[in-house]
Amino acid sequence: MLRNLVRFHNCLGHAFSPPTVCPRGQMFKLLPLLSVNSKSYSIITERKKFYEDVSISHGEGGMFEINLDRRKLKTPGGKLFTAPNEALAIAVANEWDTQKDMLKFYSMHMTTLCNTALDNPTFRSKDQMITAALKYLETDTLCYRVEEPPSLVELQNNEWDPVLNWIEDRYNVVIGSSTSILGPEIPQATMDTFRQHLGSYNFWSLTGLEYVITQLRSVVLAFALIDKHITVEQAVLLSRLEEEFQIGHWGNVEWAHDVDLYDLRSRTAAGALFVHFSSESSTVKRKLMQE
Amino acid sequence: MASLASPLRLCRGILREIRAIKGLEYKQSLAYNYVLDQFRKNQITGERYCRAQEEALHASHSYLCLLTSTRQHMALYDMYHGKGQRDTEEMAGIVGLRLPTQPGGKGWEK
Repeated sequence: MLRNLVRFHNCLGHAFSPPTVCPRGQMFKLLPLLSVNSKSYSIITERKKFYEDVSISHGEGGMFEINLDRRKLKTPGGKLFTAPNEALAIAVANEWDTQKDMLKFYSMHMTTLCNTALDNPTFRSKDQMITAALKYLETDTLCYRVEEPPSLVELQNNEWDPVLNWIEDRYNVVIGSSTSILGPEIPQATMDTFRQHLGSYNFWSLTGLEYVITQLRSVVLAFALIDKHITVEQAVLLSRLEEEFQIGHWGNVEWAHDVDLYDLRSRTAAGALFVHFSSESSTVKRKLMQE
Repeated sequence: MASLASPLRLCRGILREIRAIKGLEYKQSLAYNYVLDQFRKNQITGERYCRAQEEALHASHSYLCLLTSTRQHMALYDMYHGKGQRDTEEMAGIVGLRLPTQPGGKGWEK
């Protein structure tokens, strides 16, 4: 049963409104109606494209804004969308530019990440995010090993051990892996080291990092990716190691496995890029050529 | 992945993706000019192992992965994803029936 309300608003800024049904029961597919005081995030997945050109412009405080035709993009929370640097702004603008007749919000990962960082709809603080990220370490994918079949055990050892060794060396910590149902015992010193390291990231980077950890289901892999030790494709492969093993054994199902694979890749790539753009600052120093 | 590590292949890959998205006027797009600009800026470095260059390379690899995987995901999504349920009126119309109308409006509708 479709029940929708029709609301009109006269201002140029807008939040997205759900599909509407006119009293006669005819379905108008996603009229560009504007809603008043939409406090909650609407759950619309698609909308008609209502602009032609996408461009970016400088805003206040060195932030960048996105312009759709002549209107400025806003977050679902109603705030003006601002990106801290040009690279991020261009990535977001490109996402909007990619859309054809229908806007598919579920494919716009950079925009979603920026919106989350700007709106912070669940009111999380840096400490909460760090705690949540470290909690994930206790159930890290790379630390949970199987005992059989032997070929999977070997695969896990060959692929996952190098990454574990790398992170243990890089951060001077002890993590270890385990085959028990309870998982590895992570010493407090490890947690402290990671907490201190994570504290050095700003809020935006932490948002991205948490996203990557959730997608990859592993803190170790997320760190390896963010520290540019492995590529996105490698991280996704290692995250899905057991699935890939089973696919190799039983065959690939395009509409399930491939869809998952590309979805995970795009989300992880977006997260990694988001963290990279949020935590970098670049300057170009030109050296004069000596004749 | 060693095969994509060279900056030239990455640059070409990204520009190819942009062309796939935009079509004919891809050279005027924002992303095109920015990407080319960045690749040119990072090309020359005085140091043998330049960390910034490595980082930029990793970032461009990630961006290429983002563009490719989004495109591939949307292609599969369009192909396989369900279109959702039809409206009740449409469904009734398929079998040749019509929904009953209630002039006073149903009790719970405004």
